[in-house]
Order: sequence, then C-alpha cells, then structure tokens
Amino acid sequence: MSLHDIKRILLVLSGKGGVGKSSITTQLALTLSLQGHRVGVLDVDLTGPSIPRFFGIENAKIRQAPGGWIPVTVHENQDASSADGSGKSRGALYCMSLGFLLADRGDAVVWRGPKKTAMVRQFLTDVFWGDLDYLLIDTPPGTSDEHISLVETLLKSATPEQLAGAVVVTTPQAISISDVKKEINFCAKTGVRVLGVIENMAGFVCPNCSECTNVFSKGGGEVMATEFNVPFLGSVPIDPMFIRLIEEGQTPVYPEGTIIQGQNMDSNPAANGHLSTADDSLAQKYTKCSLFPIFTQMTGQLVSATLNPHT
Amino acid sequence: MAPSLEEPFENVSDALTSSLKKQPALVAPEPEHCPGPESQNAGQGDACAGCPNQAICASAPKGPDPDIPIITQRLAGIKHKILVLSGKGGVGKSTFTTMLAHAFASDPENVVGVMDTDICGPSIPKMMGVETETIHVTNTGWEPVWVSDNLGVMSVQFMLPNRDDAVIWRGPKKNGLIKQFLKDVEWGEMDYLVVDTPPGTSDEHLSVNSFLKESGVDGALLITTPQEVSLLDVRKEIDFCRKAGIRILGLVENMSGFVCPKCTHQSEIFRATTGGGRRLAEETKVPFLGAVPLDPRIGMSCDFGESFLDNFGESPACAALLEVVKGVQREIGVVVKEMKD
Repeated sequence: MSLHDIKRILLVLSGKGGVGKSSITTQLALTLSLQGHRVGVLDVDLTGPSIPRFFGIENAKIRQAPGGWIPVTVHENQDASSADGSGKSRGALYCMSLGFLLADRGDAVVWRGPKKTAMVRQFLTDVFWGDLDYLLIDTPPGTSDEHISLVETLLKSATPEQLAGAVVVTTPQAISISDVKKEINFCAKTGVRVLGVIENMAGFVCPNCSECTNVFSKGGGEVMATEFNVPFLGSVPIDPMFIRLIEEGQTPVYPEGTIIQGQNMDSNPAANGHLSTADDSLAQKYTKCSLFPIFTQMTGQLVSATLNPHT
Repeated sequence: MAPSLEEPFENVSDALTSSLKKQPALVAPEPEHCPGPESQNAGQGDACAGCPNQAICASAPKGPDPDIPIITQRLAGIKHKILVLSGKGGVGKSTFTTMLAHAFASDPENVVGVMDTDICGPSIPKMMGVETETIHVTNTGWEPVWVSDNLGVMSVQFMLPNRDDAVIWRGPKKNGLIKQFLKDVEWGEMDYLVVDTPPGTSDEHLSVNSFLKESGVDGALLITTPQEVSLLDVRKEIDFCRKAGIRILGLVENMSGFVCPKCTHQSEIFRATTGGGRRLAEETKVPFLGAVPLDPRIGMSCDFGESFLDNFGESPACAALLEVVKGVQREIGVVVKEMKD
C-alpha cells in the first residue's frame, strides 16, 4: 500500500484552468519542506503536466522497482547540522508526474476517461512514497474523470485522518470565481473538506515604480470564501521574480523600495542572515522570494487545520 | 502487478478513430484497460475476460456512428467552423472565443454561433452576459440562446438548475452532451460557428473532432501565454492537431506584456524566456497571428459580460485583437470588405 506511511493528503483543486494550481502546489511543497516536513507532490494532470517544469526536473525519469514506481527526488532530507550553514532543517521532497513518463516533452497524451482513471489509480497505489508528512496532489481543472477517480480511490484506500482535505485556488475575477464555486460544490458532494481558499494573481507590483495594479481585480476570493463559509487562507500577488525563478532559476532580487504586503523586499536577503550560501537548490532560492513569507503563514494555517480535523 | 511504462502511449490513432463508431449500451463501467467498446477488438481484448459487457461489445455492430450523418445534415448550413484550442487552462480560450464571435458579429450580415464544450467549467455564458438564460426546446430542436440578433450561444450552463452546480461527469456523459449540442441544436444558417474547448487533449477534443470530421472544420486557433509552462502544453496540443488531422489556422499569444497604468513601463508578467509564442510558431511551422497585450479591462469586460471591442475600441489590445481576427479570416479564406470610416 503506497499511501500507508503518509500522514496527511492535501488536494489542490480549482474549477478553472491557469489560476495557479501547480504554482501554488509547488510553493506549498517548498514551504512545507523548508519547515522540516517530508513532502511528496503527485501531479494528476495527465494531459498537461506542469509539475516537472516547476521543480526544474523536466529531464528526470521515473525508476521502476518491483511492484511500483520510485518518485523523482527534488532534494533529500537535510539536518540542521548539515554543511550548508543555514542552520535549518529541510524535509525531503519527491515528485511524481506523467511528464516523467513521456518520451518527448511535446508528446500529446490523448486519453479518454477510463484510461485516465486507470492511471490515477495506479499513481495512488503503485508509487513508493515511503514515509511522508504531506502528500500534495495537483489536479487538472474541472470536475471530471481525474477528480472522480481521485476522490473515489482516496475515500476507499486512505483513512479519514489521512485525507486532510482540499485547498481551492482561484483568481479574483468573477469568471474564475464562478467556476471555482462549482469545485467547492464538488467537494461538498463528495464529502471532501475544504481547508481553505487561496486567491492567486491578486495584484501585480510593477518592477519599475512599485505601483500595485490589480490586473485581475481583487478581493473576489475572500468574498467567495465567506459566502461558502470556508476559511480564506490569503491572497498571493503576481511576482515576476517568482516566475523568473521557475523559468530561469534566478534568485529573486527586488529593486529598492519594493514593499509587498507591508514588507520591504529589498532588505529581505540581509534580514534572513545568509546572503551567500553555496546552496543553490530551488528551495534555498525560494526563501528569497517575496511570496515565501505569505506561504509560510498559509502553511502555518494549513498545518494547524489538518491537526484539528473537526474545527 | 508491476506497472508498465510504455503500454498506454501508443493508442492515439485508436482513440482518434474509435468514437466515429457507435458505442453499444453497456451494463457496467469499462474496465481499466478496456480496448474501447467501439473499437475493432471490442470484447476480445485481455481486459474483456470477465467483463460483464463482453458479450455486448463483441456482438455490437462495428460500423460508423449513425448519428454522424445527422450531425452533418444539421450543420450543413454553417459556412465556417473554427475550434479554439489550448493545452493549458486560463490562457484565454473563452475570452478569445467571445471576442472572435463579437468581432464576426459586428458585421450585421454575419450570423455567428458559439458552442461551449467546456462541460465542467463553462465560461462563455458569463462572458457573453447571458448566464441566467435557459434553453428553449422547440419541436425542431434546442434553440440557442441569442446574445444579439446575429449571435447565438449554446452551453451546459443554460441547463443547470442552480448557477453554481458542479457538473460531475465522466467522459462518456460529456461526449453525449457534446453530440446533442451538434445533433439537436437548431443552428440554422450561419456564417461562423466558433467552438470553445476545455484545456487538455481528452474526451471533449476527441469527440468534437470525430463528430465534426464529416461536416468539415476550417481549422483550429491555438491560444497560449508567453511562458514556457504554457508553451509546453500548447506543444502537446499542436501534436494532437497534427495526429488528428486538424488544420492549425494559427497561434495567438495572449497576455504578452503589461503596461503599468502609473508609469507606462511595459513589463512582462508572464515572461517569454524561451521566445514565447512567436518562436514556438516558427519552430512548429504554424502561422503566428499576433500577440495581444494584457489589459485589465479585458478581464473586467468578461466579468460584466460586455464586449471589450465595443467598449474600448481605441485601446492597443483592441487593435491587436482585430489584427488576429483579420488573420483568422485570411486563413479561412474569407474576403473582408473594408470598413467605411
């Protein structure tokens, strides 16, 4: 049983595509790992897997072992006493995605429902995750085959304590909110607890003049969360530096005077106390990103929510 | 059982042709490695042993779906059919479909239809401002919802009892509805039918393709944003179109560049680190139809269900959009009369 040693399973859902499910999944995983948890990321978006790209492991391949698959390692466990000098422990981070199984990254996966169902089941039963604190499951948009199979299998083969619930991602626009409402209704119908709503792409801070523009308007996520009586975890602005980190692997740097959510970003590296470490892992670079403090706060809320299943 | 790595990746052509055939009525869900109830070796595959459907599948007639001629008949009066595709979600397929439809319909002589095949996340009704409408059924079929005199829309949203209801459907049920949209909707005489699709390369895409093959599709318009994360999925969609024999009318890059309203500094929110849509178009030898900048007012117009082209006709985004529309018309061979000023 591959889910046996996993403490908590979190789904990342959204009715709408392109709102940042994979981006949020990536950042939640990095943040949880930086807090010392052992994290696995499962990508069940079969026809458009993005997780390999986000973690910069597009060329990785899955290894096969008798009776299952071994997920791709992003980084291993690291103790506080280890050599990188950060003085912080970091949990291991593993990924599994259909992207790792494709011969060419441009190959289309043209599958109908039953095939997708079979694959989702296989992902849940045949991957050797080992001992994990959190398994984050990134999903495709919608409420169809992948989602039905995922929830069906999880309800059958995971205990209620393991299946912690779902994080629902939206952008602030009405057009996205109306699709995401459907997703919350899906959770209600299938009995999956909604741990909270995250509003992504809320505002864009101009790198030139640090003026914040609400490209996709603002505040819609919070209103929706109140309407459905589910927790609102926070708003995440668009940070071009995060995109740059993912696409080019550059450590985020901000122009002087950039203030995001009350925090002066240009002093961030100094405040963290370790400007130049030899460690150039994605997780280490991510600590310099303006979104890291936001996600630290959100994972804090999530962790305490999963510890108290009935509040 | 050890999972196999290669097995699932060879059946693209099977998947593409099988839905042209009629699916028999099944008594149980298909097993995991079902060869497809309408495929040639239905009832004879390894997975069929012990399946309650085996006898039904094996004895079902293997001919083409008898509904396809009906669909072809129904759509005979439509001059041009355009698919709007993208492997990635949220890049602006529905926004583009809406604006394309508005642009076509701005010529009062054109009659334009929009079909929304995104069953689980329909956006077209909201963007068109007809979210609260319902479908009228007449004795000749379903009547599309008319946004204006010459612009009709069909979407699953019109059939939901409550606006926020989730449509929790597996593939076959979605295919059934798409077939009904083509077979039972009274489209009538039309100049353009624009088909909006959900992200991905799955049931909806296969169905639309196989149902429309006979009646002829002009081609597909592919939408992307400039980042590699999106281009990656669009590459898959190009691969799909090539394998399925769908002509690609062109690639449009959406959300390219954002002009700060305060300092007018142009920044790239979704950075094109790998050359963006233009480069992908060159690489894959697909016509590049243009880049449309990110304008917050486009999103706002969509939220309010108004036409961006009518409201902000002077904006640079609008000019870029009209260029794309011209490009599409050029690709499908429509001669556009010059507008008199």
